[in-house]
Amino acid sequence: MSQHNDTDHISGRSTTGHEWDGIEELNTPLPRWWVLTFYATIIWAFGYWVVYPAWPLVSGYTAGVLHYTNRAAVTANLAQLEALRGEKMKALGTASLAEIENDPALLALARARGKTVFGDNCAPCHGSGAAGAKGYPNLNDDDWLWGGTLDQIMQTIQFGARSGKAKAHEGQMLAFGKDGVLKSDEIVTVANYVRSLSGLSTRKGYDAAKGEKIFADNCVACHGDGGKGNQELGAANLTDKIWLYGSDEATLIETISNGRAGVMPAWEGRLDPSTIKAMAVYVHALGGGK
Amino acid sequence: MTKNVTSKELMGGDDDLPLYAPQKKIYPQRVSGTFRRIKWGLMALCLGVYYLLPLVRWNRGLGAPDQAVLIDFQSQRFYFFFIELWPQEFYYFTGLLILAAFTLFLMNALGGRIWCGYLCPQTVWTDLFYGVEYWSEGDRRARIKADAGPLTAARLARRALKQAIWLIIAWWTGGAWVLYFSDAPTLVRDLATFQAPTIAYIWIGILTASTYLLAGHAREQVCLYMCPWPRIQAALTDEWALNVTYKYDRGEPRCSVKKGRAQRALGEKIGECVDCNQCVAVCPTGIDIRNGAQLGCIQCGLCIDACDTVMKRIGRPMRLIGYDNDINVQRRTSGKTELFKPVRSRTVVYAALITMVCTVMLHALLTRSLLDLNVLHDRNPVAVKLSAGAIRNGYTLRFINKRGFDRVIAVDVDGPANAQIHIVGVDSVTPDRPMIVLARDATTELRVLVTAPVDETVEKTQPVKFRITDIGLGEVASATDHFVTP
Ligand code: SF4
Ligand code: SF4
Repeated sequence: MSQHNDTDHISGRSTTGHEWDGIEELNTPLPRWWVLTFYATIIWAFGYWVVYPAWPLVSGYTAGVLHYTNRAAVTANLAQLEALRGEKMKALGTASLAEIENDPALLALARARGKTVFGDNCAPCHGSGAAGAKGYPNLNDDDWLWGGTLDQIMQTIQFGARSGKAKAHEGQMLAFGKDGVLKSDEIVTVANYVRSLSGLSTRKGYDAAKGEKIFADNCVACHGDGGKGNQELGAANLTDKIWLYGSDEATLIETISNGRAGVMPAWEGRLDPSTIKAMAVYVHALGGGK
Repeated sequence: MTKNVTSKELMGGDDDLPLYAPQKKIYPQRVSGTFRRIKWGLMALCLGVYYLLPLVRWNRGLGAPDQAVLIDFQSQRFYFFFIELWPQEFYYFTGLLILAAFTLFLMNALGGRIWCGYLCPQTVWTDLFYGVEYWSEGDRRARIKADAGPLTAARLARRALKQAIWLIIAWWTGGAWVLYFSDAPTLVRDLATFQAPTIAYIWIGILTASTYLLAGHAREQVCLYMCPWPRIQAALTDEWALNVTYKYDRGEPRCSVKKGRAQRALGEKIGECVDCNQCVAVCPTGIDIRNGAQLGCIQCGLCIDACDTVMKRIGRPMRLIGYDNDINVQRRTSGKTELFKPVRSRTVVYAALITMVCTVMLHALLTRSLLDLNVLHDRNPVAVKLSAGAIRNGYTLRFINKRGFDRVIAVDVDGPANAQIHIVGVDSVTPDRPMIVLARDATTELRVLVTAPVDETVEKTQPVKFRITDIGLGEVASATDHFVTP
């Protein structure tokens, strides 16, 4: 360390007294524009404290003379957005489902709206592309428990299934094993019979005639003659290639033994009518709608 | 530290110059001659095109704008006479830029900075502004004298007049600019009645300010300090390129007319430059061309006109300053004839490249399709199994109709055997394939479902081709994707 010299003997200018490895720092004044800008920002800061919420207090904060809040700004933006959408959404509300599907502009709007709402509300169960999962129907295919026409889809979305709402779809798969209606060997037999209905292979040595009899005695009431299903009751069609819970023997035995009663929530009251309409059109347009 | 060095010594003695030298005011003198006439002509042409082009009409039929050149941001179209470009055809502009670059290279190889001297907007507008200055404040001498003398009322009035005309030109320049982006007659009316969009006024403001500052005040400073082209062209040029050159082999040693005559009579070799400084006085960038090729020279040729005038007066051959190159200087010195070689590998390559780019662009333009189709396969789910066992894939098809009228098209699909096609929201299947109406000059996006009785034994993916046919015109477009089996 050299001792502090106030002037640098080479340039003759004053130094800050800082020195590193023999290199001294000149005391170069800041440019005037820089200093003025700096002062201006300080003044600006005072203005900011007064105008906007700035200082935290013990319980709350200084509100600022503008009383600005992010929350209010977001609410205002959303209201503005709704107003912007107003006319078009109104058209969705007044048109019938069939009219929406036949008007290219309304169809595009309904599909776009339906898609976002589906993503927000339905995707957790049915998947983001509505492909479903075990126990949650695939909405892209043409197999519908409660019917796949525009009106039926809308009805299901509005009131749900087994949701406890007054107009909800009711009906359930009974627990034939748990409730002691059928014995285990009978359940295995009827499970194989059900597999045969859709052309799947059956266990060696299984008694088809016995299976048919058990089916006729216990299942026909809901699933209908030949197992074609019943949309009134949400009873699945057992002759097609689509299985909500799975078609292997073990899964079928589980279904027959313990029953099934998946719940679809009702959306009326949670989504406005035109949005529900848009969603019905969206689901119908996925391709499986009847 | 043992030695006492002063800061001046440390920084290289007396070269302790500031990093910025203030602008030296240049008073170019008025000149007349061949190159001045060429410059006036090109200026009239360039400015005429710039100011009047937006007013040219072009009939494109109902619903389409009838402006010959229009950049329509709102509907994302660019119109140029019979050409209408869509945003995805922006590569034509890339082509134009490449073409412009090669043309600049070719010009440079042939005649140096022709662009700088005659066509560059900075030159054209600065030249125009100088014209106004001559007219309002007089020629070089008058201006120098007036600037040195006191500020009289008359002087002030002349200056104000000049500034006013400058501002009007600048404002008109900005005004013409915005006309390229909207229907010109409507916009002129809207501007006059203060109904035009704010952005129009902002742009007029920006271009008024920049034209006024660049052409009126920055002038040659733009060429010297701001423009990259002088640096780039210096790397591109070669020894054959013609540049404005002072033929020192003819001009040196300089000598006054009278003394020269006497010396010549004595049989001494004497140069033809009479050191009248006319070439320096007329130069808009304030350089002395007799110092050889230099960055400051924009090759405007005005010094040629100035020197020719002098040569004519003293009865010597013209073009002591002229378009020439170093090779000829050497050839003349060693007694050979001058040689000009416009055709050489460099220029041939540039010309070939220009022809190539032009051909490619023209071909692309003439064969571009006015009916187009894009396809996007559903990602989630990629395939759906139907109750009867068939497989269905969903696609989003984007139909592009670039024609100025609605048209009916039929959609076909070539995919897996027995594939059926269904377009969501479209019922007309006549007799076996869907038909849709495409709105004019627009894109239409539709959801398309393809169903095929595919079982697990076939390939996981098979190609699927969508083909659309304009029922009226027979135009066909197609797009290919895949059909996926889960
Ligand atoms: S030297 Fe001659 S050609 Fe170059 S800029 Fe000056 S006047 Fe123009
Ligand atoms: S104008 Fe011609 S003669 Fe006059 S100084 Fe320039 S080069 Fe020499």
